[in-house]
Amino acid sequence: MIYLRLFLNFLMIGALSFGGGYGMVSLVRETVLSNGWLTENEFLNFIAVSESTPGPLAVNMATFIGSTQGGILGSFAATLGVVLPSFLIILLIASALKNLIKYAPVNAFLSGVRPCVVAMILATALSMALSTLFGLTDLQAGFAPDLRSIAVFAMLGATHLICKKIRKTAPSPILMILFSAGLGILFWCIF
Amino acid sequence: MKLICSLFITFLKIGVFTFGGGYAMIALLENEFVEKKKWLEKSEFLDMVAVAESTPGPVAINSATYIGYKIAGFAGAAMSTLAVCIPSFFVIYGISLFFDQFLSLRWVSCAFRGIQVCVIYLILTAGLKMLKSIDKNTLNLTLLTLVMASMLCCSITAVSFSSVFYILICGAVGLVVFFLRKIRKGHGKTS
Repeated sequence: MIYLRLFLNFLMIGALSFGGGYGMVSLVRETVLSNGWLTENEFLNFIAVSESTPGPLAVNMATFIGSTQGGILGSFAATLGVVLPSFLIILLIASALKNLIKYAPVNAFLSGVRPCVVAMILATALSMALSTLFGLTDLQAGFAPDLRSIAVFAMLGATHLICKKIRKTAPSPILMILFSAGLGILFWCIF
Repeated sequence: MKLICSLFITFLKIGVFTFGGGYAMIALLENEFVEKKKWLEKSEFLDMVAVAESTPGPVAINSATYIGYKIAGFAGAAMSTLAVCIPSFFVIYGISLFFDQFLSLRWVSCAFRGIQVCVIYLILTAGLKMLKSIDKNTLNLTLLTLVMASMLCCSITAVSFSSVFYILICGAVGLVVFFLRKIRKGHGKTS
């Protein structure tokens, strides 16, 4: 029953993703890869689409994955799943447990979760980089560096540093996506 | 009823205009509810942000539920949450129907090769930004290093170990450290 599986998987993601949009990237990636719902490349494409369309990343991802797996009912089940835990927890806090996040044990739990979320985001980015830039998905499969991807990555990094030096702020994600799209056409279609 | 309608329309508007996820939306919410409508005090709003950030789930959904409940009870919470999801849901559902055809265009698929690299860069910079903002104490750094190392090892050796466990284990470590400190303090007082 695909609807139930979508609902339950996204329910778990909604209940355990701390730290906003990128905090849930590693959970969603594991879920879609282990269920065979998307490949790594499809997942990366889709994060770009979520970044460049309005609305919370979580809802965007749930809707898209739900739709590719089970049509409109699938996207409804997945979106409901990802929203429900937040909705219930916040209702509880706003109505009955006003000081929940001020209780010391809750804070202690969160203080352990915070570094974990940062580590998860960094590790996910690194393992994505290993597989996309260096073709290293696991040790048996070996090593196949992709020079064009590495060149694009280096240029994005350089742009980031130059922007930070001149304008003191990091370039906006949408501009970087557009820039990388241009580089993609240049490297893969023209050369 | 009028209040709920007004909440619904405001959150619909916010759902349409927030690109780039939850944090971008907080500034918009403040402008709308604290400065223009004066439905919330500044201090209430800051409480809301603290709650939305430290509970699981997307920040956008958390804040919609919280503000909706504060202003118009359960119905307000339900309508605000629904409203903030509707724009993403329809935009992404629409995209999901045509995305495969769109990607089969040669130029588009080239552009997306570049964009995939950009997404890795975006996730990496988001992680690094969070890394800068956490306290560099021993507990945080130990958890961070262990989780990262273990996630990368699992990914390279193709062992599947869900991130859910990392979150729960790190939360538990936070709790244990908290209670150990409490016990030690208790001993200090009695002796």
